[in-house]
Amino acid sequence: MTTTTLAVLVPLLPFLGAAAGLLLGRTAPGFVRPLAVLPTLTSLVLAALVAVRQGGDAAVDAATELTPTGSIPIELALYIDGFAALVAVLVGLVATCVQVYSTGYLREDPRYPSYAALVALFTSAMFLVVYSGDLIVLLVGWEVMGICSYFLVGHYWETPEARAASIKAFLVTKLGDVPFLIGLFALATDAGSFRITKVLGAVAHGGLDHPTLIALLLLAGVAGKSAQFPLHTWLPDAMAGPTPVSALIHAATMVAAGVYFIARLLPVFEASQAAMVVLAVMAAVTMAGSGLAALAQDDIKRVLAYSTIGQLGYMTGALAVGDRGAAVFHLLSHGAFKALLFLAAGVIIHAAGTNSLAAMSRMTGLRDRVPDAFWTMTVALLALAAIPPFSGFFSKESVLGAAEHVTTGHTEHAPAAAGWIVLVAGLVTALLTAAYAARLWLLAFHGRGTEAPDHGRQPLTMTVVLWVLAAPSLALGGFAYRSLPDWFDGRDLAPALATSVLGTGIALIGVLVVHAAWRHTTAQAARVPLGAVAAHPEGDAGLVEAEAIATHAPAYGDVASAPDPADPGRLLLGPLHRHAAVGFHLDAVYRALFVRPVQGGASLVRFLDREVVDTYVRGAGTLPRWLGTAVRRAQTGNVQTYVSALLAGTVVLAVVALLVATGA
Amino acid sequence: MHLAYPAVLSALLFCTGLYGVLARRNAILVLMSVELMLNAVNLNLVAFDVWLSRTAEETLHSGQALTLFTIAIAAAEIGIGLAIVLAVHRNRGTADIDKLRDTAEGHESRPVDGLDSGTSTAEPTGRTEKAEATA
Repeated sequence: MTTTTLAVLVPLLPFLGAAAGLLLGRTAPGFVRPLAVLPTLTSLVLAALVAVRQGGDAAVDAATELTPTGSIPIELALYIDGFAALVAVLVGLVATCVQVYSTGYLREDPRYPSYAALVALFTSAMFLVVYSGDLIVLLVGWEVMGICSYFLVGHYWETPEARAASIKAFLVTKLGDVPFLIGLFALATDAGSFRITKVLGAVAHGGLDHPTLIALLLLAGVAGKSAQFPLHTWLPDAMAGPTPVSALIHAATMVAAGVYFIARLLPVFEASQAAMVVLAVMAAVTMAGSGLAALAQDDIKRVLAYSTIGQLGYMTGALAVGDRGAAVFHLLSHGAFKALLFLAAGVIIHAAGTNSLAAMSRMTGLRDRVPDAFWTMTVALLALAAIPPFSGFFSKESVLGAAEHVTTGHTEHAPAAAGWIVLVAGLVTALLTAAYAARLWLLAFHGRGTEAPDHGRQPLTMTVVLWVLAAPSLALGGFAYRSLPDWFDGRDLAPALATSVLGTGIALIGVLVVHAAWRHTTAQAARVPLGAVAAHPEGDAGLVEAEAIATHAPAYGDVASAPDPADPGRLLLGPLHRHAAVGFHLDAVYRALFVRPVQGGASLVRFLDREVVDTYVRGAGTLPRWLGTAVRRAQTGNVQTYVSALLAGTVVLAVVALLVATGA
Repeated sequence: MHLAYPAVLSALLFCTGLYGVLARRNAILVLMSVELMLNAVNLNLVAFDVWLSRTAEETLHSGQALTLFTIAIAAAEIGIGLAIVLAVHRNRGTADIDKLRDTAEGHESRPVDGLDSGTSTAEPTGRTEKAEATA
């Protein structure tokens, strides 16, 4: 088979699997698990094969036009360069791991068939986005991912948190998608084509008339999808979905789609210096803000969600300094270790029966209950904190190195201001990242108090995938940074000495500070007993997690934070903790800016409809009613009166007819 | 005989019938007046038929044929009409048209035995009694 055929099969197989899973889910439950896992696994193999055949050489570019569609043609196009081939392998790997993990995680869930089919559909859509060479086809995958995310976040729709979170995720991403669509149209109008190759060709010859406008419109969509400030607020709430969904959609793949999109169309953004500075500021605010917020979260998954936002900030930061190689390198390593972090968090939540770090810090021996999760999560957290030689170190250093390179101002593609913004914010975030990673590790695995509950061994499907993902988290960066430039733009990704020492030193400072704070506060832990644990710890992991999420707010008064004096994050953040826990009140701002005006407008429209429009309608009906009342008086009930009227009418008509006939 | 005689006679008959229909209060007299009007029309039909057949070469005498139909229909009509009047007289005890005003606006089928229409039971009671009355 040709590479093109293989590449077409990659998105097609999970799509067919999803369709079959939805159709057969009720009638043949035995086929659901194979239908969920096997197409995704095959896609992974095929994607790897495509990557091997493509090999970082000239891009595979194929297109066919189904039907003429008007002014600008829409084509079914493939465009597979080194970026696309490698990202597809990552998507396939994470999706396969998540599908295998889900068979254990949701093994008693009655809605597993639709869940697995939606995950497969999502995987297919992400493959489509990655491989597509046409912007409209890319948009199709982009929106299918959005709706899958909506359904999967709302998987536990019995709980109000999940319902609210799914609607919020949908609306906030759509808020970005509307400008994104307009931006795509503007881009295609300027470039004369939806094909990515032709768009890039037009940009290279200076064919864009409105580069800043287009770049900013596209940025809005990217900010929504990739959870960048100010449209990031949906991502922490999306943790109300099942953990594998968080791992697949809200950490490794879908949120990376925005970054990947910019990486593909980077020349379009580079055509506008203003857009690059906006991108840099967006990345900087996102990175630093999410780091502070992550330090204050109590729900283990919300810590990871804010961490995802921050790491995506690194990627957009790398794009803001015009180095898409570094951005996609960080995307790959982050995809691996963040998926691992989420899946391990799912195991921990199952074992502990709670998602609250405050409750876990009061349990002894949790790491002995889940040794696999403990060791793999340690690896992933070290990768997250960018400690050498884990993969996160290399990818993050490539980002910081690229930013440092731009600060010297010798580059044309990115302004020096963007370089400084990204470098400073990146270093601050390195400190914060190391701090919240250390906090999470210490609170989850070094608790003191009652013995952790024993629910027996975790399902094999849930622990094996952790080790599968631990391998790239551990070694991908170190092995790949020399060979990856061949796949990408050819720019060097090796860590520079200055930023490496600086970044690692700052990360170590963060770890040490949190450790010192933890030793200081942990003495208080015994004094304040806290607890919110699931009611059915022997249930499957999905049930435990749903109950843990549902009991968090009643136990602690909030889904995000817990009033725990033994929390080192509370000590370190001081008065800032209160604001960081709620995401710096951005939700309240949105409420005041959007929700209130819309509700006010709705009640105004209701008033106008009920009181104004209806009054006119009722008034128009009054006159006919009065006329009717007057005419009804003629109905005396006396037949002779009627006949008299009939006779009178006949006589009048006869006279008139006679007069007309005689011409008088 | 000149055509004017039967025409005038028929006009007088019709006007008498019309007056009876519009002014008489007894239903039977109203029906009789209807018969008068019908017969006025019959007279006209016959008279004009004869008048036409004088001038025409050959004729089907359709006026006379139509008269036969009218007589037959009038017989049927009076039969049904008298039956209705009889039934109404049996039920209401009167055949006075002025008192049969059930279809008047705002009549609302008042109970015959004078129950207070303000009570909630008035409406169903009135309806059942009317149902009995018309049975």
